[in-house]
Amino acid sequence: MNAREEILGRVRAALRGAGEPGPVPRGYRTVGVANDPVDLFLERVADYRAEVTRCAPAEVPDRIAAALHDARRVVVPAGLAWPAPPGALPDTGLGAAELDRVDAVVTGATVGIATTGTVVLTHGPGEGRRALTLVPDLHVCVLRADQVVGTVPEAMARLAPDRPGTWISGPSATSDIELSRVEGVHGPRRLRVVVAG
Amino acid sequence: MTATFVGMPAFPEAARAALGDSQLRHNLAHATATIRARRREVVAEVDEWEELRLAGAAVKDAALLRLDEHLVRLEAELTARGVTVHWARDAAEACAIVAGVAEAHAITEVVKVKSMATQEIGLDEALAARGVTAWETDLAELIVQLGDDLPSHILVPAIHRNRAEIREIFVRAMGDAGRPAPAGLTDEPARLAEAARLHLREKFLRARMAVSGANFAVAESGTLVVVESEGNGRMCLTLPEILVSVVGIEKVVPTFTDLDVLLQLLPRSSTGERMNPYTSTWSGLTPGDGPREAHVVLLDNGRTRALADELGRQALRCIRCSACLNVCPVYERTGGHAYGSVYPGPIGAILNPLLRGVGTDEQVDSLPYASSLCGACFDACPVRIDIPGVLVELRAQVVDARRGTARHAAEAVTMRAAAATLASGRRLGLAQRGAGLLRRVTRRSVFSWLPWPGSRWTGARDLPAPAREPFRAWWRRTGGGRR
Repeated sequence: MNAREEILGRVRAALRGAGEPGPVPRGYRTVGVANDPVDLFLERVADYRAEVTRCAPAEVPDRIAAALHDARRVVVPAGLAWPAPPGALPDTGLGAAELDRVDAVVTGATVGIATTGTVVLTHGPGEGRRALTLVPDLHVCVLRADQVVGTVPEAMARLAPDRPGTWISGPSATSDIELSRVEGVHGPRRLRVVVAG
Repeated sequence: MTATFVGMPAFPEAARAALGDSQLRHNLAHATATIRARRREVVAEVDEWEELRLAGAAVKDAALLRLDEHLVRLEAELTARGVTVHWARDAAEACAIVAGVAEAHAITEVVKVKSMATQEIGLDEALAARGVTAWETDLAELIVQLGDDLPSHILVPAIHRNRAEIREIFVRAMGDAGRPAPAGLTDEPARLAEAARLHLREKFLRARMAVSGANFAVAESGTLVVVESEGNGRMCLTLPEILVSVVGIEKVVPTFTDLDVLLQLLPRSSTGERMNPYTSTWSGLTPGDGPREAHVVLLDNGRTRALADELGRQALRCIRCSACLNVCPVYERTGGHAYGSVYPGPIGAILNPLLRGVGTDEQVDSLPYASSLCGACFDACPVRIDIPGVLVELRAQVVDARRGTARHAAEAVTMRAAAATLASGRRLGLAQRGAGLLRRVTRRSVFSWLPWPGSRWTGARDLPAPAREPFRAWWRRTGGGRR
C-alpha cells in the first residue's frame, strides 16, 4: 500500500465511531465592530513602533516624501494609486541582490485592521510582489481610510485565498532573547504607514 | 533526533539535573514571567476571549473529525495550484522526500523557517547525512544550531540562554557557519538581532531552496499559513526558487475564513502580541512572485495513533502557541530539556505519549507524571485542550501497559496494603499512630529521603512528615474541639 492510502486508511480507522463534529459558534464575529476604526488603527499601528500619519488625499505625495526622508534608492510597484515619488524606480523584476541595494519601497495595501494595527497586502497592482516589501529596509505603506476595518473577522471577509497575502504588524521584530521584544530583524526595520482621507 | 532526544533519561532524573542549574532556573523564571505578563495583558483586551477559545476548539475538532475528507480536498486544491503533494508515514519517509527534492536539483544547502514538524522528524540531521546543509534562520533556532544545543521551548527554543550566553555563542560560532559576528559585539538584544540579520542575509540572497512547516493548511483553498515575527519566514517563502513545506496532517482547517479565529488566538497566546509582525498566506504558485516549484509533505508520524485515542485526540488541536509551557510551574523550574523531546511542557507531556504510544519507552512513560495537575495549562490553552484530563487518562494507560511487570507488581502490593489500611478504622488508627511516632522520633517536618521502598517516592518528591497527632485522635481527645 502506498503512503497516501495507508495514512488515509489509518485516519478512517482512528475515526470509526467518532461521531459528528459540532457547529462552530461564530458569536465572536460580531463583537468589537466599531463605526470609525481609523483612530484605533492609528493608535495600534504606532503601539508596535511603526510610524503612522493621517492626511487628506491631496497631501499624500508630501507625506510619502516625508516618510522616505533620506532614502535615495526607492522602488515602486506597477499600479501604485498615488504619484510615484520623483526618481523612484519602477519594479521591473529586480533580483534579490538588486533589491538588497534599494533603500525603500512605497506600496498600497488591501486592508488595515484597527484592533491589531495590521496592514494586509495581497500583492496585486499597487502592492507589488512579495519580495518587494521584504528586502528593502524601509516600507512606506499608503491606505485609504475606507480600507481600514475594525476586526480580524471583518478583514478576513474582504480577503480571498486566490492571491498570496502578507499581514504586517509593525516592523520586523523578535522576542527570542530573554523574551524581550526587539524591533528590526530580517524584514524592513522601519514601517511608515500613511492613511489618506 | 526523532520525537524524543536520543538517550534522554526519564523525566525525574532529567528534572533533578535541571533543577541543580541555577543559571537555567534564573533564565527561565525571568523569561516565563515576562511572557506571562504580556499574554495576560493582551488577552484581557479581548472581551470575547472565551468565545474565541470555544470557536477555536470547534474549528479544529471539525477538521479532525473529518480529517480524511479534508486531507483529500487539501491535496486536490494544492495539486490544482501547481504544488506536488507527498505523503509520509513516518519521519524517515518525510526526510527522504525532502532530501530527494534537494538532490534532484543538485542543491547542497537549504534555508529553513522555524518548524516544529521538521524538528520532530530530525530533518536537519537527515539532510546533513545526505550532504545537504540546513541553515536555521529563526533567531532562537540559530542560537540553538550555532551552540550545538537542543531546543527547550516550542516558541523560543533558546529560552534557556541569556543574552551574555547568546553573545558568546555568536562570537564563537558565526564565523564557522558564514559571516562572522561583527567586531565589538555587545550583549544588547538589538545588537544581537542585527548580528543575526547580517549573518543570515547572504544565505537568504543565495539560497535556491527553502524548507518550511505551516501553522495552518486550509483544505478548501489549498492555502498554507506561516506565522512569524522576524521576516526570516518571508525570506524563505519568497526568495528561493524551490519551497518544500512539511505539514503535519493535523494542521488542516476546513475553510479560509476559519483563520479569522485562529489568527486571533495564536499571537495573543504565543508571543503576547495583538498580532505577530508577519503572517504569510499562499495558495500554490503565483507566476512572477515567489518560488517556481513547491512541494508539500503531509506527515503522519504518530498523528493517526493520537487521533485514535478518543480522549487524547484533542491534543491534535494544538496550535503550538506554548502558552501552556509559560504558565506551568513544573516547566518553569525544570525547563524544556528534561522532557526529552522537541515538544516539552504540558503539551509535550501528553503529545509525546500519544504520538509514540505508551508501554515501550521508560522516558515516554514518565511524561504523564511530569505534572502536579494544577490545571493552569488548560486555562491558558487557546483551543481548550484539557491537558490535566488527558494526563490522568495517560497515567492509567501507562499502568495498564505495565501490568505484569516487576514495577507494576510493587505498585500493586502498595495499593493493596493501602486499601487494607484504609478499609478498617482500627488499622488506619494504628498506622497513623505509627506515623506520628515517626515524626516525634525524627523531629523532621519534611522527609526528602526515605529508605527503599520509600525511596521510590522521595526520589522525586518531598514527603511532608505526618502530624504528631492524627485528626481522629485529636477529635476524640478534645471532644471535637470543645475541650
